[in-house]
Amino acid sequence: MSSDSNYYVPEQSPYPVVTALAMGLLALGGGLAVQGKGMLILTLGLVLLAVVFYLWFGTVIKENMAGMTSPQLKRSYVWGMSWFIFSEVMFFAAFFGALFYIRVYAMPWLGGEGDKSDMISLIWPGFQPEWPLMVNPDQVVGGEKFVGPEKNMSFPGWGGVLGWLPLWNTIVLLTSSVTVHWAHHAIKHNDRSKFNLWLGVTVALGAIFLVLQYLEYHHAYADMGLTLESGIYGTTFFMLTGFHGFHVTMGTLMLFIQWIRGLKGHFSADDQFGFEACSWYWHFVDVVWLGLFIFVYVLG
Amino acid sequence: MAHGPAKGIGRWLYATNHKDIGTMYLWFSFAMFILGGAFAMIIRAELFAPGMQLIKPEFFNQMTTMHGLIMVFGAIMPAFVGLANWLIPMQIGAPDMALPRMNNLSFWILPFGFSLLAATLFMEGGAPNFGWTFYAPLSTTYAPPTVNFFIFGVHIIGASSIMGSINIIATVLNLRAPGMTLMKMPLFVWTWLITAFLLVAVMPVLAGAVTMMLMDINFGTSFFDAAGGGDPVLFQHVFWFFGHPEVYIIILPAFGVISAIIPTFSRKPLFGYSSMVYATSAIAFLSFIVWAHHMYTVGMPLAGELYFMYATMLIAVPTGVKVFNWIATMFGGAISYETPMLFSIAFVILFTIGGFTGLMLAMAPADIQYHDSYFVVAHFHYVMVAGAVFSMSAAVYYWLPKWTGKMYSEAMGKTHFWLAFIGFNVTFFPQHFLGLAGMPRRYADYALQFTEWNMVSTVGAFIYGAAQILFLYNVIRTIVAGTPAPEEKTWEGAEGLEWTLPSPPPFHSFSTPPEVK
Ligand code: HEM
Ligand SMILES: [Cu+2]
Repeated sequence: MSSDSNYYVPEQSPYPVVTALAMGLLALGGGLAVQGKGMLILTLGLVLLAVVFYLWFGTVIKENMAGMTSPQLKRSYVWGMSWFIFSEVMFFAAFFGALFYIRVYAMPWLGGEGDKSDMISLIWPGFQPEWPLMVNPDQVVGGEKFVGPEKNMSFPGWGGVLGWLPLWNTIVLLTSSVTVHWAHHAIKHNDRSKFNLWLGVTVALGAIFLVLQYLEYHHAYADMGLTLESGIYGTTFFMLTGFHGFHVTMGTLMLFIQWIRGLKGHFSADDQFGFEACSWYWHFVDVVWLGLFIFVYVLG
Repeated sequence: MAHGPAKGIGRWLYATNHKDIGTMYLWFSFAMFILGGAFAMIIRAELFAPGMQLIKPEFFNQMTTMHGLIMVFGAIMPAFVGLANWLIPMQIGAPDMALPRMNNLSFWILPFGFSLLAATLFMEGGAPNFGWTFYAPLSTTYAPPTVNFFIFGVHIIGASSIMGSINIIATVLNLRAPGMTLMKMPLFVWTWLITAFLLVAVMPVLAGAVTMMLMDINFGTSFFDAAGGGDPVLFQHVFWFFGHPEVYIIILPAFGVISAIIPTFSRKPLFGYSSMVYATSAIAFLSFIVWAHHMYTVGMPLAGELYFMYATMLIAVPTGVKVFNWIATMFGGAISYETPMLFSIAFVILFTIGGFTGLMLAMAPADIQYHDSYFVVAHFHYVMVAGAVFSMSAAVYYWLPKWTGKMYSEAMGKTHFWLAFIGFNVTFFPQHFLGLAGMPRRYADYALQFTEWNMVSTVGAFIYGAAQILFLYNVIRTIVAGTPAPEEKTWEGAEGLEWTLPSPPPFHSFSTPPEVK
């Protein structure tokens, strides 16, 4: 840092390589865990990852507070975060794409439409394509591997709309997007107490969403016969909402950390990138939910 | 920032310097190249004669799978990331990459990921055996238990790729020297910018594909199981939505390398710079909408076959623009034939052959004959070996004097080239004939009438393999005992900021931004 003020080149750091080690442990441990060979290595990897992230981000924050970061580095962070969110968009796109393909193509084909119909109707005679799929092809031919759900999560009609959890989830999450925006607005005007207030509310809303999501899953497993194993409807439902829920968890955690930092007075009108990045992430999670609400629930 | 590299192993473990990280990437990828190459030698040795000679069919399947995976994800991709690390900061006038610590993380994930993948060879049930394209249900219902390590390995390797790409994008968009407008960037920087975009867009889709596998295998979902209302063909769509852009991820940086080398040794500026940029962008765009040309035989509706056929054939247009430009650059130039140029000319010729066979495969009715035959194997080795790997060889010879400050042995370089060129063609040209005559790919045995060409092919493969040992020797010899390279410009025709730096360049390439006119 001494000879030149234009460029910021950070010192060597032990954190990245330890992060890589943690990820290696996660991969090894994940492979072992799903085979029922113990959770030890996986847990070790998770703990190591949490510790090293804590230290790593701590260092970055300290360096930033010490004024070591240049506007140029901040621009790099902005690009970094934006493209990271884009990569997340593409991850969800794979699962939305799968849902689309199943509903638009695979379902009718399984039901005997299209030029491969003769063969298909020999394999699954009498299968009725529908969405949400309540009776799986397997069941039609007497199999028991995939037993369809008794009920589904789709729009219950206007009569039951107030007791329909996804609607409340939508309201909660949309509201949180507004409150996080207000927090952003407040810090831009150096209004720290409003910032802390609205960010706190956002975190609370995130937590409420997660509780509701948990209730919904519990309901599905306990009362609706809707599980991961109940065929392609349960598969797409749980994978899409599940990954979204995971992202909400991460987002809530990230915002919570920013809230703590806010209470400590880390942010000011012209220095709040840590918070800003998390708020972008939060808006992204929100938009994904809108997609879910429309394609998984309303049109489900 | 004034200080040089740290001492001892810490220099590498904790590296934040783009050159050190680039060097690690390059050596790592070469190690993977040797490992994947060893697997290829086993495959070719087994196929020397009909009948089973050396290994069991089950092991043969593991070899084809691991060869493909390691070459694509372990050898070629990291090699180009290493090149990007070394060159992009020097070519745009920056001191380093934009996010140096993340850079370190991207690299160090790879040894962990590939150790895990390679370790599956020694585990119960053996390594993955379902081909590098890991189609369900081979990779789900019928997979060995090690598939789980494969899945998690792909996850972390993918994370490495995404972080590496984000770093490259941030560097290119943010760290260019004053005056270095986008349309003044060297083509290698351009092609990498677009490659990085492709990577950020499709690596997550690959992650999605393996996640679906993981769930189907261990948690009872039915993405790829028709009994539960899913569809194994869905796997192919998701995979190839990643897979086709992936082949351009592999070849675009190679285009960038060739576009740097050919002008140097032709002593003429690159013909049609801006058309190169637009052609690269067009190829990247098209690569997203042609994926199902790998699936003509899967039973798509006719409209799908036709659409994917015409869209695929469109790619030949921007690709043709590129080949035209390289030839036009050489046309009328004062050409000299040093090793990098030899590899580059071979690239243009052989990649064009690969492009043409691609065009043949793009035609749905014809592909129904060629699909899953050795013709496809020949096609993609013409583009991936004579394309990507030849361009890497060219790049190493071209920039090695800059990196090390030492000159390599031209005689040995030329020997390497001719062995590689001959070995490669002897290996893969006959595979066109084998494929057209009906020899299917991915089998450990074959019918008697295919014997002669298989023998030829195996001989060629060992020549090509031996050539790489010579390459390794030449590089090491350069580093330890090479003659000093010229001060700055190794090649009289070379243009670009990296040639304004001393050889070897200072630890932090440009500590004050150079002025670009
Ligand atoms: C003019 C450009 C190209 C066209 C039109 C084209 C077309 C095709 C087609 C239609 C196939 C499927 C053949 C089949 O499975 O029956 C194929 C396979 C393949 N191509 Fe290309 N290709 C082109 C360039 C490239 C490039 C530049 C690369 C990589 C650097 C590449 C790598 C591959 C690979 C790896 C496969 C085989 C995948 C497998 O294992 O099944 N291709 N190509
Ligand atoms: Cu393709």
